[in-house]
Amino acid sequence: MSTQHTLEIKGLTVSVETEDGPKEILRGVDLTVKSGETHAIMGPNGSGKSTLAYSVAGHPKYTVTGGTVTLDGEDVLAMSVDERARAGLFLAMQYPVEVPGVTVSNFLRTAKTAVDGEAPKLRTWVKDVKTAMGNLKMDPAFAERSVNEGFSGGEKKRHEILQMELLQPKIAILDETDSGLDVDALKIVSEGVNRAKDASGLGVLLITHYTRILRYIKPDFVHVFVDGKIVEEGGPELADRLEEEGYDRYATVPAVQA
Amino acid sequence: MPVADTLVDTDASVTDASRTTHVDPQTASAAGFVPQQSRAERAASFDIGAFPLPSGREEEWRFTPVKKLAALLAEGATGHLDWTTSLPEGVTTSTISAGEARDLGILPPQDRAAVLAAASAGGAVLVDVPAEAELTEPVRIRLDGSGSDPVHAHVVVRAGRFSKAVVVVEHAGSARVSELLSVVTGDGSDVTVVSVQRWADDAQHLAQHDALVGRDARFTHVSVTLGGAVVRVNANVRYAGPGADATLLGVYFADAGQHLEHRSFVDHNAPHCKSRVTYKGVLQGETARTVWVGDVLIRAEAEGTDTYELNRNLVLTDGARADSVPNLEIETGEIEGAGHASATGRFDDLQLFYLQARGIPEDEAKRLVVRGFFVDVIREIPLADLRDEITAAIEEELATTDYAAPIQQTPSQHASKEN
Repeated sequence: MSTQHTLEIKGLTVSVETEDGPKEILRGVDLTVKSGETHAIMGPNGSGKSTLAYSVAGHPKYTVTGGTVTLDGEDVLAMSVDERARAGLFLAMQYPVEVPGVTVSNFLRTAKTAVDGEAPKLRTWVKDVKTAMGNLKMDPAFAERSVNEGFSGGEKKRHEILQMELLQPKIAILDETDSGLDVDALKIVSEGVNRAKDASGLGVLLITHYTRILRYIKPDFVHVFVDGKIVEEGGPELADRLEEEGYDRYATVPAVQA
Repeated sequence: MPVADTLVDTDASVTDASRTTHVDPQTASAAGFVPQQSRAERAASFDIGAFPLPSGREEEWRFTPVKKLAALLAEGATGHLDWTTSLPEGVTTSTISAGEARDLGILPPQDRAAVLAAASAGGAVLVDVPAEAELTEPVRIRLDGSGSDPVHAHVVVRAGRFSKAVVVVEHAGSARVSELLSVVTGDGSDVTVVSVQRWADDAQHLAQHDALVGRDARFTHVSVTLGGAVVRVNANVRYAGPGADATLLGVYFADAGQHLEHRSFVDHNAPHCKSRVTYKGVLQGETARTVWVGDVLIRAEAEGTDTYELNRNLVLTDGARADSVPNLEIETGEIEGAGHASATGRFDDLQLFYLQARGIPEDEAKRLVVRGFFVDVIREIPLADLRDEITAAIEEELATTDYAAPIQQTPSQHASKEN
């Protein structure tokens, strides 16, 4: 049994600068994710799901105005973006960023070295990368392409999961990893997440708009996110209900926008 | 070009302009000046008298600190450079007179520094690559300076028809040099010239590198400018016949106190020729200064022309200034394509966030981005050891960087495309 890790979010409030001054997006989020657990956060567009993901990862655009985030008791909010990643947090991004001129292979090795604090052993590393790429049905030629440059939507998402499998974080946040994927790509990506769960007892916070991905990645907990906070929690059956009823029953809360 | 999306606007000290003709309001309003309407009207001559001492207001000198260059732009040179040459089998060198150099059909000087180099170098060094020779090793010429007395140098490279050659000219040490490098390539040849400027901090270098590119020939010129106080490398191309392909590339890295200027002029004077111009620069430190002026002229007879020029600058710290001026003149509508793009900006916040979110510390993330920024130009350098040497030199420059904070994401681009 692998070591237990806990990401604990308490009373998190987050605002973002707008032309009309700061605007509060998260209004008090409480959530605990432990190793081996899969939590699905579901909610309509504009509810603040992605803001939660970016805030935990430390994106400078978002200002934490209250609450705490800890990983195994350590204050995540006091860490820089790279320190958070080295502490064991991973964010699979909805819109992965292109980095021209930096090859995937160089990027992966640099990231692995940074996360582990030492360069990976060359022979096992090359094999690990090759195996992981093969599992995700990625052409080996990707290794020599610039990070995300000219990748299709599906390729970008597979590349995110590739990084997650290789960097072996404690807790991973998947921000709408399913959006824009066809069924085949969705299965491949889901298998990658399940592999990581099995291999290292990864804790997963899965942010999604649709229930489709939950057929392939079974959640232990489902949280409904509306207007910057969790409004209902339950088990997998809650996802089934959302599938049938949609988010309309939560629409009493205003300010939901596309 | 997708690269433009990753660059953001920076402060007002960075200028960017693009014009389709050379009408500069500043010059136009200066009493006594009649602005040139076309790049074709710029003086080109072997006669020193055609190029009076510049004041700094002339179109071709307006970005250059000419006051610092008085000694180099005066007649009479007493300086000295040490030459080291390494020649592959079959390649010969000889000294020829200025008149003999002209008879080879070299392009005429286009500014005072170049005409002094042609007239006062005491002849030229001719590097001769015979017809159909396919060199497996590069021609290497190293010029070392060890003083501040002005010196003029003229190198002529003649590449015979169907030859294939790489010529590397390296510049190092302290010197004040005006240099003319004249390349004449034969039909169907494939010639690459790499000029590396790794001067000492006090060096001044005014260079004109020309190529007259043969019919169906390929020509590539790469400028790598890292060292020197004032360095100006002007790369010019003209075509001797149709079907030729010219690529002008540059990378430069300016620190505090450096003025690094690159100008290019592709004169599309023949039909069905192609040109690609790509210069990329990084600036760090107060008073770091770079200039890029890219002129392309598509003459009426140059039907079927395909040209694109691009300049990108990455500003790492406050107080640096990058000027970027693409100029495109088109005298015929019967072309394949013509475009230009220019963008100057700081680090892209999103790129840094992405790299840091994978555990990579900020400094290292920035080095990765800078290396990546240069890589598409550097990989065009045909020699692995030279590529490694240049990459290492850029790493050295980066090691001293104290980065400015990245600007928040307001993506915009100074890119435009014509036709």
